Amino acid sequence: MKRRIFQWAVALATASILVSCGKQETTPSQPQTTSATTELSGTIRVDGSSTVLPISEAVAEEFQKQHPKVQVPVGKSGTGGGFKKFANGEVDIIGASRPIRESEDALCRQNGIEYIEIPVAYDAMAVVVNPQNTWCDYLTVAELKKIWEPAAEGKIKSWSQVRPGFPDEPLVLFGAGTDSGTFDYFTAAIVGKEKASRRDYNPSEDDDILVQGVSRTKGALGYFGLAYYENNRDKLKLLGIDNGKGPVKPSRETVINGTYQPLSRPLFIYVNTKSLERPEVEAFVKFYIQNAGKLAEEVGYIALPDKVYELALQRVEKRITGSVFGAKGSQVGVKLEELYQIKEPTK
Amino acid sequence: MIRVESRPEWRMREYRREQLFQLVGALIVLFALTTLVVLLTTVLLDGYARLLDIKFFTNFPSRRAEEAGIKAALVGSAYLLLLTAAIAIPIGVGAAIYLEEFAKRNWFTRLVEINITNLAGVPSVIYGLLGLQVFVRTLHMDRSLLAGACTMALLALPVIITAAREGLRTVPNSLRYGSLALGATKWQTVRYTVLPVAMPSILTGVILALSRVIGETAPLLVIGAVVYIGTLPDSLFAPFTVLPVQIYNWTTRPQHAFQENAAAGIIVLLLLLLTINATAIYLRNRYQKRLPL
Repeated sequence: MKRRIFQWAVALATASILVSCGKQETTPSQPQTTSATTELSGTIRVDGSSTVLPISEAVAEEFQKQHPKVQVPVGKSGTGGGFKKFANGEVDIIGASRPIRESEDALCRQNGIEYIEIPVAYDAMAVVVNPQNTWCDYLTVAELKKIWEPAAEGKIKSWSQVRPGFPDEPLVLFGAGTDSGTFDYFTAAIVGKEKASRRDYNPSEDDDILVQGVSRTKGALGYFGLAYYENNRDKLKLLGIDNGKGPVKPSRETVINGTYQPLSRPLFIYVNTKSLERPEVEAFVKFYIQNAGKLAEEVGYIALPDKVYELALQRVEKRITGSVFGAKGSQVGVKLEELYQIKEPTK
Repeated sequence: MIRVESRPEWRMREYRREQLFQLVGALIVLFALTTLVVLLTTVLLDGYARLLDIKFFTNFPSRRAEEAGIKAALVGSAYLLLLTAAIAIPIGVGAAIYLEEFAKRNWFTRLVEINITNLAGVPSVIYGLLGLQVFVRTLHMDRSLLAGACTMALLALPVIITAAREGLRTVPNSLRYGSLALGATKWQTVRYTVLPVAMPSILTGVILALSRVIGETAPLLVIGAVVYIGTLPDSLFAPFTVLPVQIYNWTTRPQHAFQENAAAGIIVLLLLLLTINATAIYLRNRYQKRLPL
């Protein structure tokens, strides 16, 4: 009896190995049968930023409905982690919530990896306060800097220090964790230097915790992706941002017409040009560009102007490699239409 | 029967201290239980509605929370578990038998023992980093089911070896001597006398180690379990996802409907773990009664 259980376990384990081995033999033959005219197959490995992930996930989902034989697994290792894997040639496509950095570009070169940079959507960051906050409707960029810069640490503790006339209510801060692209961009946009921030705030990689924190503290101020505000409108009060031209609140319109600055940013995917030679990858990337706008809106981001998607498609057709940002990381207040147009003939 | 009043003063003090300690202990237990009950209730209330929908089990993940399901994660978890078991059980039980029944006690076996004990205390994410370098990169297994199973097998091995050795140690030496005295070889003794007796506790250890495997997220995230996949793994080298990773991914989405999915996923994972642990207990009880002692 005891023996039977043991044998049963062994048999089951062996069977499972045999089954998976048997199937495995059939996979390598699949790509060979592929041609441009027949059904596409193969595996496209996508990884990178957790911010871009919902878009990639949606595109993969739709793409697989049309091409059920193509596997599109999407990973989530962050923008920085994603670029590392990308530079190692471990993935075909990565999502990035900021342009590639010089060091990452150098690593790609070193490993002989060329890439095409494709903008896919806009993301806006919302600055929010508690609904009981009656005194503040907008903040200027300078005021935000005063609150968040490293020098504010331990000093700016009350709303009355932010602007004369604000009440003496304790200022409780909530923000993105230091590993996220959101943190990189916010610090670059507000303080002027990536990763320069005071440290005495409540950081979390989990935006839900930030939402809860702000909604429970009267003197709270926090920042996170606009999608989180949209889904928690009843618990939060959205602030306008004054960048010298009067307060502007984030919305579809203000992000696209470029008035909600500096807290809106483009999101990208980077495609390995070598992978692009595979028909299924090329089809996927084109599908991505053609559907990114619609799907991005559906998962809570803002579509780019159609013109930018057209330009991106041209870049893929013509295999124009490199970053239009000169591989310098987060940059603030860029107009994608101009960037992708002007640089195009030179590269 | 001594009445409390008749006790000397110091005795009374000790008695009161004891009562105080009992009270504190009870409060701590109550606190832990309340937390657990609150957590479970929240999860159950959030997630039970999704469980009633069969599509939750038969659909792949989706950007639309109502259409998203755990098919890929559930199947991935099952494959990973079987594969991990296939790798870890033979090696783990084999190592335990060797160390306990065959190996001479010298500096080498002591070194191995110390390492096994230490490995059991290493945080799981370290195994992930090891797996990433050794299996994914050096051995070119890529971010595959096989690489995941190998990493998880490493994680389970120390637990399995330790449990199996404990099990073998509980077998009385009289049984071994009896077998050897009848002319059985060392191997025959182990195979037909020692192993059957030790089997229940070995099985218990194995199952508990595997139930740890099924709940792990960190090492799999490191070696690159994907968070979205629209196909089932069709080979050992296919990309995969597992339940904890899927739950983790859903909890980070802004839409509340995804939180419900995460809660439902948590319930499924809990039920799975409870089933596995119940099996362990059942096996132990069933076979302990049949011990020929």
